[in-house]
Amino acid sequence: MESQEIKRLDADTDPFVVAGHTLSSRLILGTGGATSLATLESALAVSGTELTTVAIRHFSAAGAGNVYELLQRNNVIPLPNTAGCFTARDAVLTAQLAREALETDWIKLEVIADEHTLLPDPLELYSATEQLVAEGFKVFAYTNDDPALAQRLQDAGVAAIMPAGAPIGSGLGILNPHNISTIVSRANVPVILDAGVGTASDAALAMELGCDAVLLASAVTRAHNAPLMAAAMRDAVRAGRAARLAGRIPRRDTALASSPVEGIMQTLVGEF
Amino acid sequence: MTTINITFNSQQVQLSAGTSLREFVSSQIGKELDTDSKAVDGSKLGVAAAVNGAVVPRSSWNGKVLEDGHSVELVTAAQGG
Repeated sequence: MESQEIKRLDADTDPFVVAGHTLSSRLILGTGGATSLATLESALAVSGTELTTVAIRHFSAAGAGNVYELLQRNNVIPLPNTAGCFTARDAVLTAQLAREALETDWIKLEVIADEHTLLPDPLELYSATEQLVAEGFKVFAYTNDDPALAQRLQDAGVAAIMPAGAPIGSGLGILNPHNISTIVSRANVPVILDAGVGTASDAALAMELGCDAVLLASAVTRAHNAPLMAAAMRDAVRAGRAARLAGRIPRRDTALASSPVEGIMQTLVGEF
Repeated sequence: MTTINITFNSQQVQLSAGTSLREFVSSQIGKELDTDSKAVDGSKLGVAAAVNGAVVPRSSWNGKVLEDGHSVELVTAAQGG
């Protein structure tokens, strides 16, 4: 649909299609960092998200299936991740376990270089991507904000490119908006801004830059009032998306009056 | 009765010899599993198992007999990401 015809944004006028699945919400909320499952459930409901990330960890009878059951109860699709993996080998095994456990072939692929930055290791990430695509996974690749690497991942067959705005949990926002724009301009799969979002304006900026969706967790789950921040993010993503489709005005070096200059009072003409 | 020792999620566990992966998982998650390792109550399990670092598909749990020294990992969804 032409953006000029869009009067409002919803699943009909502006669907978000990823890995062959249509979603109405462009906000993907991670579950990490919530202080309680009740807070998480409340934030998820307010956010309107239909897709949320989960980690794959040892089963313990004490915490048996709580998160999985919570997602099932709220009709939220789980997107398992490979958080905590430093090698392609570990990430592939984690993805295989996630597919068995959650009965999904979607995987958010994270292969981390070091614990200090939590930034992706490009070589291990690429290697794991190749293996998982070959095994039929729909790979959501968490990557650096590097247009060249994003292109390689796209060529390797990922379902979505997920560039980091800033290191995970840092709340620093989008450190290199130009690179995100470049990734968006070259992508033929969805681009989901992932990591670094600190507050609502960061999420809006991601959408204004042309990202198809935003994934965030800490900004909501670690906020003083998680459900209220979830609402802020929901609105920011919608506003940013609308602004992107509406088309921002070009930046100018000088002012351009918005009031007419014709018909101005004679006594004031000298002022110009 | 002969017993075996396995490593389960980084803990040492003693089992009766001849225990299948299906029986072991069933005891851990507290759900009765049929021979295809589906929950008898119809619920989703939400777990996956690996033995010695390789995923064992649910359909193979019944035929997978645990042996002394095996390392078993059972995982599920947790908050994260």
